[in-house]
Amino acid sequence: MVIAIGFEGSANKLGIGIIQDGVVLSNPRHTYITPPGEGFLPRDTAKHHREHALDILQAALQEAKITPEQIDVVCYTKGPGMGAPLISTAVVARTVAQLWKKPIVAVNHCIGHIEMGRLITGAVNPTVLYVSGGNTQVISYSEKRYRIFGETIDIAVGNCLDRFARVLKLSNDPSPGYNIEQLAKKGEKFLELPYAVKGMDVSFSGLLSFIEERAPVLIKKGEYTPADLCMSLQETIFAMLVEITERAMAHCCSQEVLIVGGVGCNKHLQDMMRKMAEERDAVLYATDERFCIDNGAMIAQAGLEMFKCGMTSPLDDTFCTQRYRTDEVLVKWRD
Amino acid sequence: MERVLIKQGAEGKLYSSEFYGKPCIVKERFTKSYRHPALDKSLTTQRMKAEARALLRCRMSGIECPALYMVDIESRCIIMERVLNSVTVREYTRTLQEKDDAKNLLSLAKQIGEVLGRLHSNNIIHGDLTTSNMLIKGYGENSRIILIDFGLSYFDSVAEDKGVDLYVLERAFLSTHPNTEALFQVILDTYKDNNKTGAEDVMKKLEEIRMRGRKRTMVG
Repeated sequence: MVIAIGFEGSANKLGIGIIQDGVVLSNPRHTYITPPGEGFLPRDTAKHHREHALDILQAALQEAKITPEQIDVVCYTKGPGMGAPLISTAVVARTVAQLWKKPIVAVNHCIGHIEMGRLITGAVNPTVLYVSGGNTQVISYSEKRYRIFGETIDIAVGNCLDRFARVLKLSNDPSPGYNIEQLAKKGEKFLELPYAVKGMDVSFSGLLSFIEERAPVLIKKGEYTPADLCMSLQETIFAMLVEITERAMAHCCSQEVLIVGGVGCNKHLQDMMRKMAEERDAVLYATDERFCIDNGAMIAQAGLEMFKCGMTSPLDDTFCTQRYRTDEVLVKWRD
Repeated sequence: MERVLIKQGAEGKLYSSEFYGKPCIVKERFTKSYRHPALDKSLTTQRMKAEARALLRCRMSGIECPALYMVDIESRCIIMERVLNSVTVREYTRTLQEKDDAKNLLSLAKQIGEVLGRLHSNNIIHGDLTTSNMLIKGYGENSRIILIDFGLSYFDSVAEDKGVDLYVLERAFLSTHPNTEALFQVILDTYKDNNKTGAEDVMKKLEEIRMRGRKRTMVG
């Protein structure tokens, strides 16, 4: 029996989770929420993580009903992510690892999402759509690497949604994307927006400038309501994502699709993906907000797989990096 | 006419059939229920037009592609020539890699570079270059490449768009066929020889786009 604890803090969520051989024992999380119209800045986010680290750690241990002695390995997010929040979380992981005299595993954030998705849904070898505030990638596994078939060539899909939420001054609680999703349900009138798909890649920046510029005018004139615009935005960007995922599935002859990352808990995106999958006799795997949104257990899960293959990091190498591509990691634990 | 479903691609369903006695492919861009109806209609029309236009322009420029037989916007179908005795370059590359046939891999890369150079010197942007979207007829020295799937294509003379076209291929090529960096360089080198006027600018853009490409992994 192997028990792993994972520390995640690459963006505005601080999560600490404990996993024992594929079973989540605890997974508490605290989110730094900014006022409407504002994003989260690295320094303030790091401060948030520092303030809550010990409480969350305590909660994780208590809920799992284990003592530090029982833990076999400490895992933390090495990257990609925002520098200051990453470092503030890594410091906690390094400190407890030395106090408890446990080995450390440095985990790639994206790999954490994929491994958690596979664990929770039981998907064997899916085409993965990884969508969050900082990442938009279509990934497929082959020959010991998670290979990126398509991605955004400018901003991430979650970033596009967040920034539009700021234009409308929507609340950031629980997340801007969630509030866009709710408002979009009331939308009726479709506004055609720029649609930019380049093979298996997508681009959102042109679309964002287009709608950012026109939204205030269209709403003021009463031609479109904020709900109409949220609906049109979601319909367009999700259609782009489903299309590139389908293209990758056709190219790789894959019959499984898995959605991970924060935007992945959007029910409408899941519904669209499910329809696409059904039309080609494929299966959709998705999870809910507990595991889609950044959390500690996903880092523990990926770390556990790495630990079993002997991929621990010496203390000198337990640094963080803002840029860390999914395909840089040698996936020793899969065939 | 009898239709046999042969493949469901990302764009639609492909049927094998006959058009006035000639073997043909019927490409049906069926209604995608996941898309908003207004968006679906607009995209489907756009892509059918794009595909028909590009097929014509390729043939006029001496680039091999299936002959276009009929376009029916109403039933969302394009009917075109079925290229007999061909496989996708994706399968062909795999076969050559399994046999460790370096000589034919090299000549394949040269052929791809040559076709793409000619495509771009005629200002045709394919929009979805992958090894699945190229067919190959014959084997080794006696083979010919036929480009297909022009739904995302358009015409432009700008280096940026040609650069993105090559970038899309590079990413698809390297992720589909691991450890082929050297081979892709041969494609680019032959491309330069076949697109004399614009290749230099396109290569500069490609370099730029690759740098842009890396930035994205910053925040997670």
